[in-house]
Amino acid sequence: MEEITLLIDGREVKGKQGQTVIEVARENGINIPSLCYHPSVSKTGACRICLVRVNNRMLRPSCVEPAIDGMTVVTEDEDIVSMRKWILELLLSDGDHNCLYCDADGDCELQSLVKRYGVQEPRKEEPKRGRTIDNESSRGIKRNEYRCILCQRCVKACREIQVSNVWGFSERGFETRLIADDDQKIGESNCVMCGQCVQVCPTGALTYQTVLGRGANWELTKESSICIYCGVGCKIDFYKNREGILVKALGNYEGPNNGHLCVKGRFGFDFVQSPKRLSKPLIKRNGTFEEATWDEALDLVAGKFAEIKAKNGPDSIAALSSAKCTNEENYLMQKFMRAVIGTNNVDHCARL
Amino acid sequence: MTNSIREIPLSAGFLVIGSNTTENHPVMGSMIKNAVINNGKKLIVVDPREIELSRFADYYFQIKPGTNIAILNGFMHVLIKEGLYDKTFVETRTEGFQELAKTLEKYTPEYVAEICGLNNPEDIPKAARFMAELKPMALYYAMGITQFVSGMNGVKSTANLQMLLGNMGVPGGGVNPLRGQNNVQGACDMGALPVSYPAYQPVANEENKAKFEKLWGVSGLSAKPGLTLVEMFNAATGGQLRAVYEMGENPVMSDPNQNHVIEALKSLEFLVVQDIFLTETAQYADVVLPSCTFLEKEGTVTNTERRIQPMHQVLPPRGDARDDWWIITQIANRMGAKWDYKKPQDIFEEIRTATPSYAGITYERIEKELIQWPCPSTDHPGTQYLHKDKFSRGLGLLTAIDYTPPAEGTDTEYPMILTTGRILEHFHTGTMSRNSRILDELVPEGFVQINSNDASNYNITDGEVISVSSRRGSIRIKAQVTDKPKPNVVFMPFHFYEAAANVLTIDALDPACKIPEYKVCACKIEKIAQ
Ligand code: SF4
Ligand code: SF4
Ligand code: SF4
Ligand code: FES
Repeated sequence: MEEITLLIDGREVKGKQGQTVIEVARENGINIPSLCYHPSVSKTGACRICLVRVNNRMLRPSCVEPAIDGMTVVTEDEDIVSMRKWILELLLSDGDHNCLYCDADGDCELQSLVKRYGVQEPRKEEPKRGRTIDNESSRGIKRNEYRCILCQRCVKACREIQVSNVWGFSERGFETRLIADDDQKIGESNCVMCGQCVQVCPTGALTYQTVLGRGANWELTKESSICIYCGVGCKIDFYKNREGILVKALGNYEGPNNGHLCVKGRFGFDFVQSPKRLSKPLIKRNGTFEEATWDEALDLVAGKFAEIKAKNGPDSIAALSSAKCTNEENYLMQKFMRAVIGTNNVDHCARL
Repeated sequence: MTNSIREIPLSAGFLVIGSNTTENHPVMGSMIKNAVINNGKKLIVVDPREIELSRFADYYFQIKPGTNIAILNGFMHVLIKEGLYDKTFVETRTEGFQELAKTLEKYTPEYVAEICGLNNPEDIPKAARFMAELKPMALYYAMGITQFVSGMNGVKSTANLQMLLGNMGVPGGGVNPLRGQNNVQGACDMGALPVSYPAYQPVANEENKAKFEKLWGVSGLSAKPGLTLVEMFNAATGGQLRAVYEMGENPVMSDPNQNHVIEALKSLEFLVVQDIFLTETAQYADVVLPSCTFLEKEGTVTNTERRIQPMHQVLPPRGDARDDWWIITQIANRMGAKWDYKKPQDIFEEIRTATPSYAGITYERIEKELIQWPCPSTDHPGTQYLHKDKFSRGLGLLTAIDYTPPAEGTDTEYPMILTTGRILEHFHTGTMSRNSRILDELVPEGFVQINSNDASNYNITDGEVISVSSRRGSIRIKAQVTDKPKPNVVFMPFHFYEAAANVLTIDALDPACKIPEYKVCACKIEKIAQ
């Protein structure tokens, strides 16, 4: 693709033909705010928070404005700031944004813009919209429509990424509402709980059931790993709180999954912290398991293998390796069986 | 997979056969749905059950379980008869065409429809012509191709079709098996197979033996292929096998013919189970070793598209649980080995020497780069799709394959076909998913799907607990009356120990690759007398 040069906030930056202004800016570390724009879904161009001044004249929504070679862009000036403030005030007054009891507190794009632009209070004259709160119907997803800014990210994530088409807008009188299927509760809709709409929702309108009571967003730390379930190998960012409890899982955009997850990758991680986990070696004595030290258990295993090998030959021992273990572990298991035991009796559940 | 997940947008269309992609590989299922529903790509689905993808398919064939080869042959019959196959590709890149063509002669649409139990024979030539227009078409399959006594032949048939269509060695094409577990690909690559060292180097080969003896500093490696999983249990009941070391496997739940597996485990002199929970299998162990879960370890895994990815430690080990590699090393050293691995990376460095296709891959590279094997050197970018200009054996081999029926046919006593598989919310033997609160709450118990016609014949209502039996055993399970399975076919997920599908399944194996025939056995359903 052809390279282009833009002048953004007085800085010469490079982009590619076909990108929008916001894409070029963000790639160059210039943070234009956005609400309806999300890089993983198609563009909406509705919220206007991303307005920038193009070629010193018109104000254009940078998320849909094509970047053109030689273009001059100003991402913030007095007019733009007051426009953004006005938009934010409207959004605030239109809903009920009490961050104190919102799961998105500290991880909300609306909240951070309100702070960035120093918005003090909502416009009082705007009517509050009557909306749905549904914290119960779905095992995985909570919704609080008072916090919905109608940005459509969820609609598009469900349509374009998960492709289940659960979310849509209904228009009743002057009120546009976000609804699941034909205005079902989310837990009773065709939602398959991939959780993608929650991942892209900029506010606390959609949140995960797993987060409440597990610490504030700014206390969480994340580390990426690979999903343990199927062979797609989705890359996941796991978030844990200060006590080390897993809080949520978000799809990583650099993995083969492009940020998406399914219900297993999204919600199937708490077995790791189940109280039923084995935590001590066990040796069966007279038909019951007794806890043992690692030395006892390992000595017993090695001794028994050696004894059986001496008595019945190496081919009397076999191992089942695991498709849930790493390459390193599988490599060692086959090496152990071949080089230490002396047999090729090693297999795993590839066929099952 | 010969090709890559990110090539899905490059395909003109897809043939999905024996894969319920949106439930078993959901993220890829969504990508295929996006291509078809939102971007006008074409879709042909072959599956005994109506699945989500079949709703969006241009052509859907609801075949009898175990008849994949017949329908694939049927498509190829039309391609050859009407001259629609890729002649240049066949001439320049393949061999065996004449024999294949000869075998395919009898696979007329009518003959195929008869075998597959289809009432739309006229759609076979239509779909074949349609496929010939899709340049390129990607073929996706999963266990619905492989878990048959004819599994290996099923796989070869998919390759036959894609070679005839000239869809090999091009982006957006290929034969793409979807791997069911997060590291099946890697476990195979690493040689956790009875017949091969890492990178599929056969054990019954003097050169390989010498190579690994040198690498491992040992002598007298065995050149005799070992036992496969199901064979191990036969050898245990036969008394030849005395001890088994199991790492993260749960054969009581996952293997066919559960009663036989339990009998085999009981007849062992010594069973070691290394796992994260006290699984159904661990109950029979003499020693149980607690291991770390995926979130507590470091190391690499290889996904279905041959991409090697790093796992990072998210949580500290629980209690006294240890890394699997540490445990194996401890046992090996107690038996006289002198292994000195301090961390997974030390092992990976050895893997690079043992596994030519991984030689160019390093921990540093996979943190930043997307690398798929083969990657023979550190300046090699990895391989997005295989067989670009030639196949690994040179010319692609078209194999003449005849349809053969499943091991167990239906009869008056067991008149129905049982097929097994997974569902979206659960995974394999349930060890992980059923210990995850949300997943377990979503689908807390097993069920058997019965076609509504069959249900009314047997006077069975939705939600009723019925009995399902085969020659190997009998279970009680809730009926789910639906129109998804073909009439006379019942489907059961195998995640639930309370109603374990593998009490019923048959341990008949494919003679070549030893895969069990989970996808078809004869069964009967009965109302339970009140
Ligand atoms: S969780 Fe997934 S399926 Fe459910 S509404 Fe959100 S995007 Fe759609
Ligand atoms: S629920 Fe969230 S993502 Fe959906 S429209 Fe409302 S604010 Fe946007
Ligand atoms: S998140 Fe779902 S699709 Fe992705 S690897 Fe895990 S199980 Fe597979
Ligand atoms: S972010 Fe550009 S219009 Fe909403």
